[in-house]
Amino acid sequence: MAMSTRLQRLIPPAVMIAALAAILGATDLVAGDYLQRIVIIIGINVILVASLNLSNGFTGVFSLGHVGFMAIGAYAASILTLPVHLKAVNLPDLPGWLQGVAMPFLPATLIAGLIAMLVAFAVGLSLMRLNGAYISVATLGFLVIVQVVLVNWDQFTRGARTFAGVPAYATIWNVWIWAALTVYVVWRIGASAFGRDMRAARDNEIAALSLGVSVIRSRLLAFCMSAFLTGVAGSLWAHFITSFSPKSFFFTQAFSIITMLVIGGLGSVSGSVIGVFLITVLSELLRNAERGFDIGALHLPPIYGASQILMAVLFVLVIVFKPAGLMGGREIDIRGILRRIGASRRGKGAA
Amino acid sequence: MDREEGCLLEIDDLSKTFKGLHAVENYHLRLSPGEILGIIGPNGAGKSTVFNLLTGHLRPTRGSIRFRGQDITRLPPDRIAALGIGRTFQNIRLFASMTVLENVVSARQLKERSGIIATLLSWPSFHRTEQRLASEATENLGLFGLADRAGKAATSLPYGDQRRLEIVRALALGPTLLLLDEPTAGMNNQESMFVLDLIRRIRDQYKLTIILVEHNMPLVMQLCERIQVLNYGQIIAEGTPEQVRADPKVVESYLGRAMEDSKDAEARNG
Repeated sequence: MAMSTRLQRLIPPAVMIAALAAILGATDLVAGDYLQRIVIIIGINVILVASLNLSNGFTGVFSLGHVGFMAIGAYAASILTLPVHLKAVNLPDLPGWLQGVAMPFLPATLIAGLIAMLVAFAVGLSLMRLNGAYISVATLGFLVIVQVVLVNWDQFTRGARTFAGVPAYATIWNVWIWAALTVYVVWRIGASAFGRDMRAARDNEIAALSLGVSVIRSRLLAFCMSAFLTGVAGSLWAHFITSFSPKSFFFTQAFSIITMLVIGGLGSVSGSVIGVFLITVLSELLRNAERGFDIGALHLPPIYGASQILMAVLFVLVIVFKPAGLMGGREIDIRGILRRIGASRRGKGAA
Repeated sequence: MDREEGCLLEIDDLSKTFKGLHAVENYHLRLSPGEILGIIGPNGAGKSTVFNLLTGHLRPTRGSIRFRGQDITRLPPDRIAALGIGRTFQNIRLFASMTVLENVVSARQLKERSGIIATLLSWPSFHRTEQRLASEATENLGLFGLADRAGKAATSLPYGDQRRLEIVRALALGPTLLLLDEPTAGMNNQESMFVLDLIRRIRDQYKLTIILVEHNMPLVMQLCERIQVLNYGQIIAEGTPEQVRADPKVVESYLGRAMEDSKDAEARNG
């Protein structure tokens, strides 16, 4: 009866991947265009929020500037994939060696992630020495700097004008492969020596130091990995939306990611996923309500900004009543659930 | 300064000034391997400051610290810990989001961990390391009678157990020198005697050298071969428990009062 532990270890991820593939396959085949778009947005948000959790949740370095890495990823990847004939029109001042480049999606996305990571490393070397609110304010400053650079670096970004013509490479499949990969990486790091270093440094910096944990190094590791994945999400988003401008990556987006993270629960990967689903679906529903609709004879006028108001209200409610978020830093125990299902089935078989 | 052979720790002329206040002045020490040294003194005498200077949490204003012949005076705390100096804290500093076991593992893993690649790929070596860390940490906990609490949240333990857990965690680092900052603070007599016995056992079992900051006089007198008495940041007496007890300066500045305090405490607990 007893299975080898190695095989047993593989069951939960196998079940999850199979379930995810089934859902995505069904969406891909059956669902309409609108629903497919929502599934893609959820996937991208999962990457953004889960990777933000790596930094803000595990190490307690509460970054408000991660959208800056998303912007870097989006612009870097789009410059690389933009077809050559569009480059000549939209980005005529690009340096010669870039003019002729039109990369496939995957290498462009990887390079975009790496660039975001390098920037995170350079910024993090000094920022990770700060603590608490100082880090948050400094990362916010980073976001503003990225914004200013994007608006002024016409040669690469078209400045404040719309960057258009990005090929629509993002699909349900490539987005969700990255999303699954991100969730796995964040979860795995969390349940490893690296994750324990990060949480130790967050829980009690002095005690962590006196156990030999290099607080700065472990924060920097989380920050850089997180920036890489956020940069990847930026690339995916750019190739989904296909046209954007610097203001797509500013306070509204930053606030939206942080809301999902906090509502799901800092430090919990499953919390991140739940937060993303909840907020994305609710704000999509409300986006429709914003246009105004009829219930029987009752006509509701359009309520502009309803989804953002809801997000803000939810954010405040969670902070007041459940400050640790819906999951409170814990994880959903997939193994436990599977074991219970298995046990009840065996119970039925015996009866 | 001359260097002595076989010394584990050599501290010379160590001073720390906070905005003109001399927290520690001209502190010196020669510590041999296997010794248990007690540092006593009234509140604010600079005992914890000595620990913080020694472990790199504070930078000394003046002086030098050598550990196993290596100058560690200006090293950061994580480097000093990695060299083999473990410590506990006067105010307990456990990792609140972790279980009892994870607290111990987080110390053990300094010397025993999978690389980032093996971790990300969930290689068999990663799982083996995780399992070994957990079983060794459970063993450490067992020595202190905490093994059955391994899965509990660290901060849910009773106060005395939290203090013991902090000692286990410091030991799990595998240190050569262990600094205990008031390990029996807030404990009753019975618990204190348990800790006393424990400190002796860990010294013998792990071949440790220990420095103990303590207010519990009977404990210090029973445990330590040598005692330093601090007052206003300076060493006012040093010697065996008998010598220190007989020193009029010590009696005047500290011991008489502390003895009465501890009698009071005994009366309360008894």
